[in-house]
Amino acid sequence: MDNRFDIAVIGGGVVGLAILRRFAMTGLTCVLLEKGADILSGASKGNSALLHTGFDAPAKSLELQCMQAGYREYIDIRQKLNLPLHETGALVVAWTQEELAALDGIVEKAHTNDVSNVKRLTQTELRVREPQISKLALGAVLVPGEHVIDAWSAPLAYGQQAIAHGAVILRNAEVTSVERVNSQWRIASMAGEVTAGTIINAAGLFGDYVEALAHEPSFTIKPRKGQFVVFDKPAAKLARSIILPVPNERTKGVVLFRTIFGNLAIGPTAEETDERTNPATDSATLAKLKSRAIEIVPALTDIDVTAVYAGLRPATHHKDYIIEAHKDKNWITVAGIRSTGLTGSLGIAQHVAKLYAKHFNKLPKKPPEPIWTPVPNLAEQSIRPYMKGGEIICHCEWVTRGEIEAACQGSLPAGDLGGLKRRTRAMMGRCQGFYCGAEITTMFEKVKHGTS
Amino acid sequence: MEHHDIVIIGGGPAGLTLALELNALGIKDVVVLEREQEAGGIPRHCGHLGFGIDNKNRFLTGPKFATKLRELTNGLDIRTGTTVLEFTLRGTMRLHSGSGISEMSARRIVLATGTRESSRAARLIGGNRLPGVMNTGTFQQLVYLKHQKPFSNPVIVGSEWVSFSNLLTCRHAKIKPVCMITESTNLNAPSYFSLGARLAFGVSVKRSTKLLSINGHIKVESVDVESGGQKQTIACDGVIISGKFRSENGLYSSGVIEQENTAPLTTDTYRTSKPNIYAVGNVLGHLETAGACMLHGRKLATIIASELR
Ligand SMILES: Cc1cc2nc3c(=O)[nH]c(=O)nc-3n(C[C@H](O)[C@H](O)[C@H](O)COP(=O)(O)OP(=O)(O)OC[C@H]3O[C@@H](n4cnc5c(N)ncnc54)[C@H](O)[C@@H]3O)c2cc1C
Ligand SMILES: Cc1cc2nc3c(=O)[nH]c(=O)nc-3n(C[C@H](O)[C@H](O)[C@H](O)COP(=O)(O)OP(=O)(O)OC[C@H]3O[C@@H](n4cnc5c(N)ncnc54)[C@H](O)[C@@H]3O)c2cc1C
Repeated sequence: MDNRFDIAVIGGGVVGLAILRRFAMTGLTCVLLEKGADILSGASKGNSALLHTGFDAPAKSLELQCMQAGYREYIDIRQKLNLPLHETGALVVAWTQEELAALDGIVEKAHTNDVSNVKRLTQTELRVREPQISKLALGAVLVPGEHVIDAWSAPLAYGQQAIAHGAVILRNAEVTSVERVNSQWRIASMAGEVTAGTIINAAGLFGDYVEALAHEPSFTIKPRKGQFVVFDKPAAKLARSIILPVPNERTKGVVLFRTIFGNLAIGPTAEETDERTNPATDSATLAKLKSRAIEIVPALTDIDVTAVYAGLRPATHHKDYIIEAHKDKNWITVAGIRSTGLTGSLGIAQHVAKLYAKHFNKLPKKPPEPIWTPVPNLAEQSIRPYMKGGEIICHCEWVTRGEIEAACQGSLPAGDLGGLKRRTRAMMGRCQGFYCGAEITTMFEKVKHGTS
Repeated sequence: MEHHDIVIIGGGPAGLTLALELNALGIKDVVVLEREQEAGGIPRHCGHLGFGIDNKNRFLTGPKFATKLRELTNGLDIRTGTTVLEFTLRGTMRLHSGSGISEMSARRIVLATGTRESSRAARLIGGNRLPGVMNTGTFQQLVYLKHQKPFSNPVIVGSEWVSFSNLLTCRHAKIKPVCMITESTNLNAPSYFSLGARLAFGVSVKRSTKLLSINGHIKVESVDVESGGQKQTIACDGVIISGKFRSENGLYSSGVIEQENTAPLTTDTYRTSKPNIYAVGNVLGHLETAGACMLHGRKLATIIASELR
C-alpha cells in the first residue's frame, strides 16, 4: 500500500464513511482509520435509523442544512446503492390538552424549516390512520417525509463505494498521534503510519480525544445514552407511522417506530453518561420503555420483546454540529454530530468538501465516473436473498448461509461478530441465537482465522 | 401447488413419532417438514444421558436418541432443509427450501415446532452486551457439536430441570459454574436436584435472587444480583440463561390460530382454534421429556386415524 494520501479521515462511523465517499468520488486519494475491528464501532452502531426531514430542527442551523441536504442525496442515490426506504411518515401525537395546544406551533416551525407538507390531524383522522393507537391520543401532526431506513447498510454502502473509487479503509487502526511535517500530516496508528495532506476528525464519541492530538479541543464530548426495546415481528402491523411525542422543556420523550427489519421498537432515552464504549442497558429503564410502548399501543401487551440495546450520542455543550476548518493546518473538525448524523451524514460530507475546496485545495476538475456498489438488501419490504433459495441458518430472521459467507468477503468484510450481525441480521431475531448462535459464531471464527 | 393429506411441521421427537405412527396405521400421504439439515429436534445437541424411546430406559444421550428416531422413520417422506415460513391468508403454507419459495396445502396440518428458552433480551436483563451470554440450547451446541469451551466459570440463571442439565454439559467441557441463581423461592425442579448440584457438582443454588445486570468491557466480568433488598456482585466469565420456555411460534405468531403466551390453545385432542390445525409436543408450552413427546405423537396419530375412518 502506498501510504501517502490527500485526505485521512479519522473514524469509521456513518459520518466518516460519508465524508470518505465524497472525497474519493471527487478523485482525491483517501484513507480512513478506524479504531474498532469493524466500521460502525461507535455512535453509529445503535440508533433509531430514522431519516429525518428536519421539521423540528433548530431553524437556520448547520444541522438543519446538513440534514436536508443529506436527506435529498440519500433519496437520490439510494436505488443505485440498493438502500431501502420505508415511507412510514411520522405522527407527533398529543396526549394532554397542553400538548394539543402545542401542535400548531410544531406545524408552523416545520413550515419555517421548509417542510411544507406537515399538517394537523384531528383525533378522528389520527385514529383512521392508526387504529391501534391508545384512545388517550388526542390529536397529531402528520410529517409525511419522516422515513425508516437501514442504519447499517447505508454506511457500509458509502464505505464500499469509497473503496471502489480507490479509498483505503484501515480497521483496528486507532490513531495514537499526529504530527505536521513539511505541510503533511504524519499519522501514527495501531495499523501503521500513513501520511496525508488533510485530516478530517470524525471520531464521534472520541472527537475531543482525537482533536487533542493536534491542538486544544474547543469542545468536550458529553455522551448521552439512549436505550431501546424492540418488539417481535407481529408488532409491526400495529403501527403504520413513526409515533413521536410532543417535546417539552423537560424531555424530548421516546419514539415508537418500525424498523426496516419488520419489527416495532421504542426509544431512545436520553441519559447523561461517562460511558464512551459498550453502553449498558438497565432493567428498570427497559421495563419503563416497554410499558410506555404498551400505553401508546395497548395491543403490544401480548407481544414478546425480541431485543434490547443502547446507543451513545456524541453530544457536546454546543447545540449545533461543530464543523470547522483549521485553516493554518489542513485539519477539519466534524464533531458533536449528536442525534441526526445518519440523516445528516451525506449533507455533512458535501459541506466538508466545500470547506476543503474553500480553505485548502481545489477539488479535481474532472471527477471520475461514479461507480455504484449496491449492498445486499436486508429490508423486509424488498426481495430478500432467502427468497431465491439457499440454506437458511438463522431461522428467526431467515438469513442464509450464502449471505453470511458473502458478508465475510468482499471489499469491506465483517470485522467482528457485531459487524456480521449488522451486515446480515443473523442472530438478531426472537431467539437471539438459541438455535443458530453456535453455528454462526463458529462459522465466523473459522472464516476469520482462515483468512488472517 | 403440492397438496397432502397430512403435513407435520417440525421433525423433532413429537413430529417424527406422529409420522411413524400414522404410517403404521396405514395413513400414507404424510409429509414432515424440517428446517434443519437433519431431523431429530432438540435432542441432536443434548449430549448428555437421559433420553429413552417412549420414555422408557432413559439411558441414551440425546444424539443417540435422535439417530434412533431417524432410523425408525427412515423411508418416510421427511424433507429436511425445508422451513415453513408462515401461513398464507388462504390457510396454505409458504415454504422455503434450497430451491426457493413454494406453497403447499394440506387437509390436516400439525404444528410440532418445539420450544426455545426465552432470551436475555426478552427478560429485560440489563448491563453490557457481551459474548459469553447464552441460553442452554446455544451452550449445548457449542460444547457437544462444536467442541468449544465458551467460558470457564459461568453463573447459571434458572432452576428448571433444563437449568440443572447445564451442570452435565459443564462437567463434560470441564467448566466450573460459580453458582446457580433463581428468582423463585422454590425450585422449578425436584428439590433433590439442588442437593445433587451441591453434592455432586459443588454448585450452590441461590434462591430468591434476581439477576440485575451483566457487566464487562469486552467479556463478561461479573453479574449484579439482588436478594432480599441486598445487592451483590458475583465475579464470573459467562452467563447461561436457562428455561422460561416460549413456544417456537414464529410461523403462527401473526395470528392464524389462538394462542396464550406463545403456545397454541388446544383441546385435549390437540386441536387448535382452527379445525384442521393440530399442535403436539413441546410447542404446547411446557418442557416435557422427549419420550413424553413421542407418546403424545402416538396419541395424536390414533386420534387422526380414527377421524379419517
Ligand atoms: C440513541 C440514538 C438514536 C439516534 N437516532 C438517529 C436517527 O433516528 N436518525 C439519525 O439520523 N441519527 C440518529 N442518531 C444519531 C447518529 O447515530 C449519530 O449522529 C451518528 O452515528 C454519529 O456518527 P459519527 O460518525 O459522528 O460518530 P461514531 O459513529 O461514533 O464514529 C466515530 C468512529 O471513530 C472511531 N474512533 C474513535 N477514536 C478513534 C481514533 N483515535 N482513531 C481511529 N478511530 C477512532 C470510533 O471507533 C467510531 O467508529 C441517533 C443516535 C443515538 C445514539
Ligand atoms: C437443554 C435441554 C435438555 C433436555 N434434556 C432432556 C433429557 O435429558 N431427556 C429428555 O427426555 N428430554 C430432554 N429435553 C427435552 C426434549 O429435548 C424435548 O422434550 C423434545 O425435543 C421436544 O420434542 P418436539 O418434537 O416437541 O420439539 P423439538 O425437539 O424442539 O423439535 C422441533 C423441530 O421443529 C423444527 N421446526 C421448528 N419450526 C419449524 C418451521 N417453521 N418449519 C420447519 N421446521 C420447524 C425444529 O427445527 C425442530 O427440529 C431437553 C430439552 C432441552 C432444551
